[in-house]
Amino acid sequence: MGKTIAEKILSRKSGQDARANDIVLADLDFVMGQDGTSPLAIKAFEEMAGKETFDPSRVAMVIDHSAPSPLEGVSKLHAQMREYARRYGIILYDIGEGVCHQLMPEKGHVVPGSLVIGADSHTCTYGAINAFSTGVGSTDLAAGMMSGKLWFKVPETIKFVIHGQLPPGVYSKYLILYLIGDITADGATYMAAEYTGEAIRALSVEARFTISNMAIEMGAKAGLMEADEKTMEWVKRHTGQPFEPVQADPDAEYYMVKEYDVSALEPQVARPHTVDNVVPVSQVAGTTIQQGVIGTCTNGRLEDLRIAARILKRRKVHPDTRLIVAPASRRVMLDAIQEGVLQTLIEAGAAVVTPGCGPCVGTHNGVPSDGENVISTANRNFKGRMGNNKAFIYLGSPATVAASVITGQITDPREFLK
Amino acid sequence: MEFKGIAHKFGDDVNTDYIISGRYKFKTLDMKELARHVMEDLDPDFYSKVNKGDFIVAGKNFGCGSSREQAPLAILNADISAVLAKSFARIFYRNCINTGLALIECDTDQINEGDELEVDVEKGVIRNLTQQRDIPVKPLPRFMLKILSDGGLVEHFKKHGTFNFD
Ligand code: SF4
Repeated sequence: MGKTIAEKILSRKSGQDARANDIVLADLDFVMGQDGTSPLAIKAFEEMAGKETFDPSRVAMVIDHSAPSPLEGVSKLHAQMREYARRYGIILYDIGEGVCHQLMPEKGHVVPGSLVIGADSHTCTYGAINAFSTGVGSTDLAAGMMSGKLWFKVPETIKFVIHGQLPPGVYSKYLILYLIGDITADGATYMAAEYTGEAIRALSVEARFTISNMAIEMGAKAGLMEADEKTMEWVKRHTGQPFEPVQADPDAEYYMVKEYDVSALEPQVARPHTVDNVVPVSQVAGTTIQQGVIGTCTNGRLEDLRIAARILKRRKVHPDTRLIVAPASRRVMLDAIQEGVLQTLIEAGAAVVTPGCGPCVGTHNGVPSDGENVISTANRNFKGRMGNNKAFIYLGSPATVAASVITGQITDPREFLK
Repeated sequence: MEFKGIAHKFGDDVNTDYIISGRYKFKTLDMKELARHVMEDLDPDFYSKVNKGDFIVAGKNFGCGSSREQAPLAILNADISAVLAKSFARIFYRNCINTGLALIECDTDQINEGDELEVDVEKGVIRNLTQQRDIPVKPLPRFMLKILSDGGLVEHFKKHGTFNFD
């Protein structure tokens, strides 16, 4: 019997024949924590009497969730992280460097076929480049930092085969929202998702990250894709590390195979307050919005900013609406400056904030007021997610947000792409 | 790891808010205090009914919901020896092993409220003394038992400095 991508990577890293539901101890290739989770991991590391990390060049901490620090208490936690990084020689990405999930692949820490943990639920993002990467808690992170190992329950896999070609103006964000709406927020709990088919292969690597990023929103612990020429080319541009991708066997055993044809897919929007509350944009078009957000680990990459700039070029953000842009990383920001993309967005009326999580998780940088509607490119719209549980968050692509801030209401972006 | 005690039965999908309500979990870090409120919303007298070594016996998807480690810690501190369920939510499962709370997947339909059980976690044997029958279970992998018997991941690392299953 053949194996899924998850079974293959966990077999390789545990040195045993790993099958779904087996429990294995596996070697980690990279370990990451962010500023919300690292301080607790540092505490656990100390309780465990840790003396050193397994390999400081394969441990990173990222200050991205509240960066720069908005509060004295947070500043103390950041100081702890800096102190830990200095003492143990691990990699520290300080304020302004970017969102952890953008940085891990961008800085070349993640390659196809590797096993990565991060103390953040969206660590599943790197599945787009064929890595088994998953979110863990702070105690696991501490154990991973110390030993370079962690135990895993090998997940079963749901395979999503996406046929057809996305129509013009229909982006990968709509595809993943559509899948989540279909399978629901806990439809893949415990499991890995594999995304394949011609519609996936047609996407750029950046657009693929958006899909794997949101695997957790269907409950999956990993959102895996096969590595193709585009993946190889992308990875080689970001690292000189050798790597060996894995492919699913044709006779691999799946929990379920779901097939879709997306040739007629429309732009999708997730309504408040759950990510699986998904409808075609036509059903919410006209809803007044007070704030738009472009950024986050889901849709803050150069390609995303370009799409937004294309729509916002020589146009203006509606006077009753504001637009916040948080580039996913310093690299993205620099590239966007060089291309003139950022200038276009700023001229249109965008407020650009520090590369990082920005307003995504409500720590700073744009907390909405009571009763306000926000349209965001993020991955979560839970009540209170952006720091106010009386606000309403809609999720769309960068194109939806760009179009909506021009009109001041939720808008089908295809009107601006003609 | 052998335990003997009484079964306290619950249904499917017991989430972490039922295990320990959000009303308490942010208020105190005192686990003994948290333990007093364990399962309170499902059974207000639960804590006073439990004797040392007793079991929580539940249906499928036990521990779904939030990823906080307070849920298994509260159960442990209520002197429950192990949780038996048809299945567990993933993060809860991880948190149990990491905090040192024994858990066993089995067909819990074969256990009634109040049954007296004898459980050998290492051998994978559940003996229902009241009904005089054995319930087959898959024993936990050896290294998981090791983490559990050391008292969780922090204690395991404190003792061995790394994962150590020899
Ligand atoms: S951008 Fe948002 S979802 Fe992504 S890591 Fe930051 S807070 Fe989490």
